Amino acid sequence: MNIVVPIKLVPDLIEELEIDAGGTDLDRDSLSYKINEFDDHAIEEALQLKQAHGGSVTVLALERDETDKVLYTALAKGADRAIKITGVAEDASSHAAAKAMSRVVGGLDYDLVLTGVQAADDRDGQMGVLLASYLGIPHVSVVSEVELSGDTVAVNKEYAGGVMARFEATPRIVLGVQAARQTPRYAPVSRVRQVMKEADIEEVEVEDPAVPAGWTVRRMYAPVKGAGAKMLDGSAEDVAGKIAELLNEKRGRA
Amino acid sequence: MSQDVLVVAEHLKGELADVTFELLGKGRELAEATGGALEVALLGSGMRAAVASLGAADRVVVVDHPLLGDFNPEPWVAALSELVAKKAPRLVLVANTSMGMDLAAALSVRQDLPLVAYAVDVAVEDGKVVATSQLYGGKIYAESVLEGGSGIVGVLAGSFPADAGRKDGAPQVEEMEAPAAVGDAKLRFAGLVEPEGGDVDITQQEVLVAVGRGIQSQEHMPMIEELAKALGGAVCASRPIVDSKWLPKTRQVGKSGLKVKPKVYLALGISGAPEHMEGMKDAELIIAVNTDETAPIFEHAHYGTTEDLFDVVPALTAKLK
Repeated sequence: MNIVVPIKLVPDLIEELEIDAGGTDLDRDSLSYKINEFDDHAIEEALQLKQAHGGSVTVLALERDETDKVLYTALAKGADRAIKITGVAEDASSHAAAKAMSRVVGGLDYDLVLTGVQAADDRDGQMGVLLASYLGIPHVSVVSEVELSGDTVAVNKEYAGGVMARFEATPRIVLGVQAARQTPRYAPVSRVRQVMKEADIEEVEVEDPAVPAGWTVRRMYAPVKGAGAKMLDGSAEDVAGKIAELLNEKRGRA
Repeated sequence: MSQDVLVVAEHLKGELADVTFELLGKGRELAEATGGALEVALLGSGMRAAVASLGAADRVVVVDHPLLGDFNPEPWVAALSELVAKKAPRLVLVANTSMGMDLAAALSVRQDLPLVAYAVDVAVEDGKVVATSQLYGGKIYAESVLEGGSGIVGVLAGSFPADAGRKDGAPQVEEMEAPAAVGDAKLRFAGLVEPEGGDVDITQQEVLVAVGRGIQSQEHMPMIEELAKALGGAVCASRPIVDSKWLPKTRQVGKSGLKVKPKVYLALGISGAPEHMEGMKDAELIIAVNTDETAPIFEHAHYGTTEDLFDVVPALTAKLK
């Protein structure tokens, strides 16, 4: 099977997120981007499928600051092709990003699309479902392991409480991956460097689809820090003592 | 376009989901504000009896078809899309759940309707719909204004009280025929897979010690087990720990895991992503240990500390023994 994995770069949530002067978006100059962690799982699952059943894995991403690094890393992990899509605004909506992706994916020879189930910034919907809708093919979100048997794809879709629904389909289909069957592999820096010398990232320019959002962001804000919690001070030892007191009190052992 | 508010009912094994009642309670308020009716889209097979529990609504649009019985994104999108085209509501409320994710964005493209997802609040202000989304792992909130026309809001489960929407009654029923496309679905529902039993039932525990990514390595799990033992509780976890297979799925708390309501919830190295909070925010006492002072968990916790969990946990275990 030929598998396409559209990925998204999202702001690194470890960093402090700052709001811009207009108060309606993140201050994009201050951001550092990294791969959406669910997309990392989608890449891993795609590589697992390739290892077991053959075929190819093509990873696509819209151009951002760190896109080259992320795409070279995907190649170092075992992806066959990496495509960088240029021409789409950095603050593009999920709809616009998905539409741009659909134009490129539509021109590829593919059977399956695996992408992260969601990303931290998809305010107007998730990439996988939007992409499937633009491509006019079915989708299932929140899936974990993907099984291939002949021409049939089987997945489990997760519901609350640990219940899962099993779905079967024949390609083409878009799957929103929640978790790969194993923790995403790591590509050593030396391997990434080697790939940077040997492999190329293809570039495809698309016309910015500029899908009108329909919704205008009036205000973006960070919730007040630690608003709810009473912070316990002192050393770790002091804090442990205070927690022990709280716990004993609650358990009726004070 | 009407001024009606349409709630998409979600159900599993014939039972309406709590989130449907949460949306109904809020939908009632919104319909008062828009001056429209509150409608429910009830897609399913043999779900007619559920209408009696939808008394909060003015009208229930029933689409009955064997292929709509168990949720399947493809026929559900086809049926819902047709229903929304016919009814042209002002606002469509869909749960931002596993099922709802497969509906909202697809409906948005099919009917060319704007969508705001991950909403924790929806209001009508000066005649305009305003939705507040929780983004970036709960670190940022965004208020979006619907500029005019119709729109869809994907609402996170647990955002509103379900009791406000739970009301028996006899709302008007409108039968709608399922579109032919429902029968053309290529995606096949092949049954439900129930979770394996036999493990500790974390929903029945009074004390839970929860671990997240901050635990860093599986080697640190015994330290957590020891603390849980000293407290007479059980260990549970956020999603990444279960994905790494350090704990079984039966210990996962959150959106795709279990909802817990213990007396004590000790959150260690958990950032408090919305998916996790959904499963534990009703705990009676939440104490969070996380070195990141901006972690959203502190918003919901009653007590917190930014001391390192690797220092706090052994000290705490020693004090409890």
